[in-house]
Amino acid sequence: MWEYTNKVQEHFLNPQNVGVIEDADAIGEVGSLSCGDALRLFLKIDDEERIVDAKFQTFGCASAIASSSVLTELIKGMTLDEASKVSNKDIAEALGGLPKEKMHCSVMGQEALEDAIRKYRGLEAAPAPEGEIVCKCFGVTDVQIKRAVQENKLTTLEEVTNFTKAGGGCEDCHGRIEEIITEILTGEAAKPAPEPEKPARLTNIKRFQLVTKVIDEEIRPALNKDGGDIELIDIDGHKVIVSLRGACVGCPSSGRTLKDFVERRLKETVEPEISVLEG
Amino acid sequence: MSAYLDNNATTMVAPEVREAILPLLGDEFGNPSSMHRLGGQSGMLMEQARQKIAAGLNCDPDEIIFTSCGTEGDNTAIFSALEAQPEKRHIITTRVEHPAVLNVAKHYERKGYAVTYLSVDSNGLFDMDQYRTAFRPDTALVSIMYANNESGVISPIQEMAEIAKKHGVLFHTDAVQAVGKIAIDLKTLPVDYLVLSGHKIHAPKGVGALFVRKNAPFRPFMLGGHQEHGRRGGTENLPGIVGLGVAMELAVEHIDDENTRVRAMRDRLEKGLIAAIPDAIVNGDMEKRLPNTSSIAFKYIEGEAMLLMLDQFGIAASSGSACTSGSLEPSHVLRAMGVPFTFAHGSLRFSLSTYNTDEDIDLVLKELPPIISRLREMSPFRRGDEGLDWVDDHDH
Repeated sequence: MWEYTNKVQEHFLNPQNVGVIEDADAIGEVGSLSCGDALRLFLKIDDEERIVDAKFQTFGCASAIASSSVLTELIKGMTLDEASKVSNKDIAEALGGLPKEKMHCSVMGQEALEDAIRKYRGLEAAPAPEGEIVCKCFGVTDVQIKRAVQENKLTTLEEVTNFTKAGGGCEDCHGRIEEIITEILTGEAAKPAPEPEKPARLTNIKRFQLVTKVIDEEIRPALNKDGGDIELIDIDGHKVIVSLRGACVGCPSSGRTLKDFVERRLKETVEPEISVLEG
Repeated sequence: MSAYLDNNATTMVAPEVREAILPLLGDEFGNPSSMHRLGGQSGMLMEQARQKIAAGLNCDPDEIIFTSCGTEGDNTAIFSALEAQPEKRHIITTRVEHPAVLNVAKHYERKGYAVTYLSVDSNGLFDMDQYRTAFRPDTALVSIMYANNESGVISPIQEMAEIAKKHGVLFHTDAVQAVGKIAIDLKTLPVDYLVLSGHKIHAPKGVGALFVRKNAPFRPFMLGGHQEHGRRGGTENLPGIVGLGVAMELAVEHIDDENTRVRAMRDRLEKGLIAAIPDAIVNGDMEKRLPNTSSIAFKYIEGEAMLLMLDQFGIAASSGSACTSGSLEPSHVLRAMGVPFTFAHGSLRFSLSTYNTDEDIDLVLKELPPIISRLREMSPFRRGDEGLDWVDDHDH
């Protein structure tokens, strides 16, 4: 059994601010059913950008529920500028600490808050995570790992997994995560990757073959791991029309899956001009 | 009021077992290897326990080696079979084994062995054609669990062992979950190695037994003194062994109760939950299943949260969700069965024993539905998200 603090247990068994704000000014979303935890954060914000109400819906374990509950308590009354400085460490500290394996629950709170603020400020969705996707199972990039390592002074692979989930699936990326940690700890920047060769302009047939190959060999297996699936409907010039299947259907993060994973990967591997649309 | 429904994890020590052990923690503390009277008395008690276990499995007492646990038995059996046939470098096992087997297979894979992992279907059943075609000239061992600890699904061990025999391949079965729940007759079941664990059948933790058929190759895993005829070094855990002997006698005595009253309680629990809670499924084949085990999954919520809320009412169960293990992925057994993540994260396992009562089932049927309603109200996911109507009328 996890050693949860009294504060975690209190917030889990009697969570504060559960529910929906029907006329919310901002809604932050993070996680998915397939990932095992998800948080939807509702904010009511006054004219002076002060959070006057906050509510949440959480799918997840006791620490995910407790993190969501304490987050809403923390940010009520804050201005958006103040709230934007709330970190996962603040959430964990407000709970009297979390088991190290559960730190990603506090990170989920921080990310949902960031998402809500971003949307309130006119950005429809979180920008695609910058950098290379290191952990394909959970879609975590090197930039996200570096941020977690630097902000939380992480030194081991296990800690990175606890905070970001990266490396918690198939384990193929463990070597790369350890390289990133070493780069940060030693201060040595990673050697710049050689400039990729500029691909020749693709014919329609070649583009179709390449898109099909990447979807079949890389994208579909990754989605299958989470119980999801994808079907290629059509390719119209640089527009790739797909349909999500399985657990991806109804997942609140399906938009991000399409943009941050499917489109991003096709841009990287086929043509940078490609855009992915759901048919 | 409380209800312990986590017997596949561990069982309470039976009162008769406790009574049998207590003198060994007092005056009867002799070492079975000692030559004096105190040692001789211990040695006699140990051999009596060996006979009781052999009687329960219908084998020869000499074919029983005492171990510290199921994991040691599994490791020893696999090690024995592979070390004895160094020229053979292929193992057949399954994707749903306990880590005591799965991690050993992975260990040998890293050492260059080829391993065939048999798949299961959505009911947790094996494809026998896949099994039949898995054999190779260099197959050293088949290792297949008798019954799955999570789904309770029973493997066709008799048929699988007979097929292995036809190929001249050694057969090991991890029977930790099967012993005490279904009858096992080693005179007719052609396995070479079979493993059981004391704490799953109401003996204390820290004791187990390994059956090694006469003439099956054996290589000691623990090297030391001459204990167990040189097959397992180390001073024997006499209280555990004596307790295991009594527990085996009780297990044989209770097997009818397991398959009638316990099965009926399990079925009532399952039917009651499925009727009361929408979007719930039972994992595993409904027929070929241990009588005490029910793995049920509830959509849109997560297992650990359910377990901790159940714990508030004194109800102990377990979950295949990722969060209960510290892993980030749910149970490998449920994933191998193709249970969607949407259900796998919200899985609960109830495992009963002969000591459970109807009141235990009533308690779960009373407390679990409102817990699920409460967690689903907290969840951002709903039936409506999939174009279905969300109907849930429980009070909370």
